[in-house]
Amino acid sequence: MGDTVKGGSRTNGGAPASNGGGGLPDRLASAVGSAPALGDALGGARRFAQGTAGGLAGKLLGGIGSRLAGRLEANLDDRDPDFIRERLPMSWLLSTLWFRGEVRNLANIPETGPVLMVGNHSGGNLTPDTIVFTLAFNAYFGVERPFYQLAHNLVLASPVGPYLRKFGTVSASHEHATEALDAGAAVLVYPGGDWEVHRPSWESAKVDFNGRKGFIRLALGAGVPIVPVVSVGGQETALFLSHGSRLAQLLGVDKSLRLKVLPISLAIPWGINIGDFLGHLPLPAKITVEVLPPIEIEKEFGADPDPGEVYAYVTGVMQDALDRLAAERRFPLIG
Amino acid sequence: MRIRHSTTVNAPRELVWDYINEPDNYKDFMEGITRWDVVGDLRSGLGARYKMLIRVGSAEVGGLIEVVEFKQRCDMAWASVTGVDQRGRWRLRDAGQGKTRVEFRYAYGVAGAGILGLISERVAAPSLSGKLKQSLISLKDQVEHERLRQEAALRREATSKP
Repeated sequence: MGDTVKGGSRTNGGAPASNGGGGLPDRLASAVGSAPALGDALGGARRFAQGTAGGLAGKLLGGIGSRLAGRLEANLDDRDPDFIRERLPMSWLLSTLWFRGEVRNLANIPETGPVLMVGNHSGGNLTPDTIVFTLAFNAYFGVERPFYQLAHNLVLASPVGPYLRKFGTVSASHEHATEALDAGAAVLVYPGGDWEVHRPSWESAKVDFNGRKGFIRLALGAGVPIVPVVSVGGQETALFLSHGSRLAQLLGVDKSLRLKVLPISLAIPWGINIGDFLGHLPLPAKITVEVLPPIEIEKEFGADPDPGEVYAYVTGVMQDALDRLAAERRFPLIG
Repeated sequence: MRIRHSTTVNAPRELVWDYINEPDNYKDFMEGITRWDVVGDLRSGLGARYKMLIRVGSAEVGGLIEVVEFKQRCDMAWASVTGVDQRGRWRLRDAGQGKTRVEFRYAYGVAGAGILGLISERVAAPSLSGKLKQSLISLKDQVEHERLRQEAALRREATSKP
């Protein structure tokens, strides 16, 4: 549990990311093998920087990159139950007073043992659905139950990354999730990730994993049930206008930084908010979360299931639940 | 934060005690309680443990509690083992004329949570206090109905005898 995981290889106690030769960006690229997206992104950034501003920019990116690589190491022991417990009141105040959070059917989550909770993701980079659900989970099962949330690399690389790690947030990768499940933990994953969380507000009631099926392989490999977690309301915390995938292409950051989305929204206090890199003040929309009954993939689809069929089933039951939750809402924000 | 409510139940102390000493009853009369499950082999008495949760605001809070004081038909107190810090106490006293004075005390908080902990305790207090007050009203109703049922059964038994 205390092992440090880097790209599927483990070291004890967090040794330096790499001692190999080459420039820092090269070392970073090898160090973050477990986080290929960021590794690719920084590799692209290095090429971009070297091509445009020469070695200085490359060194700068490399310096930043080595710091980021350190933050992407997944040490499950970073999760601190006492820290979480002492911050439950803060989370409770935020969830209760600001988002009027309501989480239903937590009893659908198996009382003990590893489980993969699969959620639809909403609310931009501030992810109010995660705040509300994480509080509810920790209050219901107790902070003693190991619970990890998979997050985008850039979230953990941000200044709040160290804080989130204490809550059990680890960078999203198959290896990190498997490590947590093998340790008997509950793991929360949002397959739609950055794509779904920035979908337009008028698609609030749409489950959109963008075809990502990795969670199925993960659950099968670990032999754990999938518990769908459906939420509504997050997309009302700002007016999300577009994923900005075309803008990302136009500016070339899809190739240079491998950013497939550059979301555009209207949000407080920025007005027009491009990228949502600094977050925003979320509107106090009511967040409702519902936990659905567990899905045992092998029991329901056989020993060698078709991932496409499982994907369609999981997203189907989640969409049905989301339609129902959306139909309950009478007014935007108010719920 | 401390909450205290009391009521007088028109029933003998034994009847009230039997009712609060049965863990299955808590989900019936305790407002907002979503779980009150026996943990371990001991169903009641000193050392009995329960997993309890009560809905407060946006979360079901509580945790594992253990009975730390158990004086038959007088006092039962519990303290938290895990979860939020809490202590609860039932105090039952004779009120004369076959009635029972029931007092419920509840203290809660999160040690080490600082100023936000104090604020959250204050914010939660009205809702929690209202629930506990309603719980005592429900307890009074349930136990007094039980007394009436028992009295009716005794009357039937007496009239059915030749």
